[in-house]
Amino acid sequence: MTIYNLYIFDKYGTLLYYGEWNRIKQSGITKEEEAKLMYGMLFSIKSFVNKISPNDPKEGFLYYKTNKYALHYYETPSGIKFVINTDTVSTSVKEFLQQYYSKIWVEYVVKNPLWNGTAVTSDLFKQKSDEFIKQSIMF
Amino acid sequence: MVIYGVYIVSKSGGLIFNHDHNIPKVETEKVFSFPIDLTLEYDPKKVSVAFGQKDGINVGHILTSINGVAVNGNTTEEGNDVKELIENEGNYPLTLKFSRPKMTTNEKIFLASMFYPLFAIASQLSPEPKSSGIEVLEADTFKLHCFQTLTGVKFMTVAETTQTGMDVFLRKIYELYSDYVLKNPFYSLEMPIRCELFDANLQGLLEQIEKTGITNI
Repeated sequence: MTIYNLYIFDKYGTLLYYGEWNRIKQSGITKEEEAKLMYGMLFSIKSFVNKISPNDPKEGFLYYKTNKYALHYYETPSGIKFVINTDTVSTSVKEFLQQYYSKIWVEYVVKNPLWNGTAVTSDLFKQKSDEFIKQSIMF
Repeated sequence: MVIYGVYIVSKSGGLIFNHDHNIPKVETEKVFSFPIDLTLEYDPKKVSVAFGQKDGINVGHILTSINGVAVNGNTTEEGNDVKELIENEGNYPLTLKFSRPKMTTNEKIFLASMFYPLFAIASQLSPEPKSSGIEVLEADTFKLHCFQTLTGVKFMTVAETTQTGMDVFLRKIYELYSDYVLKNPFYSLEMPIRCELFDANLQGLLEQIEKTGITNI
């Protein structure tokens, strides 16, 4: 099992953090461009899901799968979006992202008095985030 | 286990077939007293909830009847203006019925063509080489399965999240498509599918799944 990469967006679509581990193929565009494309796609998927859903959705979009990877999506009530790409067999990724939010994001970013809401540059967060991803069974 | 709908999208991204099957009706009826505690949006085509969702009446739901009289656009069937009825204190208590709006054909065409770029971007953003587009997309209320043929036609189904065996079902629809659509001498490629035999066989297939389960097809 593998985790490929992780994107964290704020509620306006700004990329706050990007991490990658076993990514084999690059998209061939700059990181900024790629983040915009990713956010744009998620935004469209969200509205697509809301319209095509037969009942009123609560959480809405959870994940999609292709034949090579799965993209999992978790959005907090405050609008922070966690997007993680894994292989197609990984399970309970949603719980993993919730854990990541409460144990890493809240602890090392939200509680950091120096964080002003823009891209995260804290070394401590990077280190803890890396550790958390690497110790997970999905990695 | 429920299948909500089947969509077929042509190579160029246009919706060429759709079939609604078992779309649940979400309706809530409630007696209101003055002043009404929902913020409504009055549009010439519909009256919808803009703010204040509660008791199953959610934002986006449209007003379908007042005191049992159906509402068309912003007037009731009896010819009264909805806004006047709701804002006049003397008419209360009012029984209002709200329901989740049904997708119009236009919206379906719009959504089908929206899926095409999502499919393409998903394969471009892949961390592994040679990835296909979206095959399964899950939300909390449904699961969408997509099967793309070698010729670029996409078959999509919207089903309950617990529904299994959808890949078999999609291939079965492909089979019906090749048998009853492509072999129809009056059908031209990329055009909307209007073939009685295809409709009948698809309907039969869906009924068979409901009766005997997906393993028996």
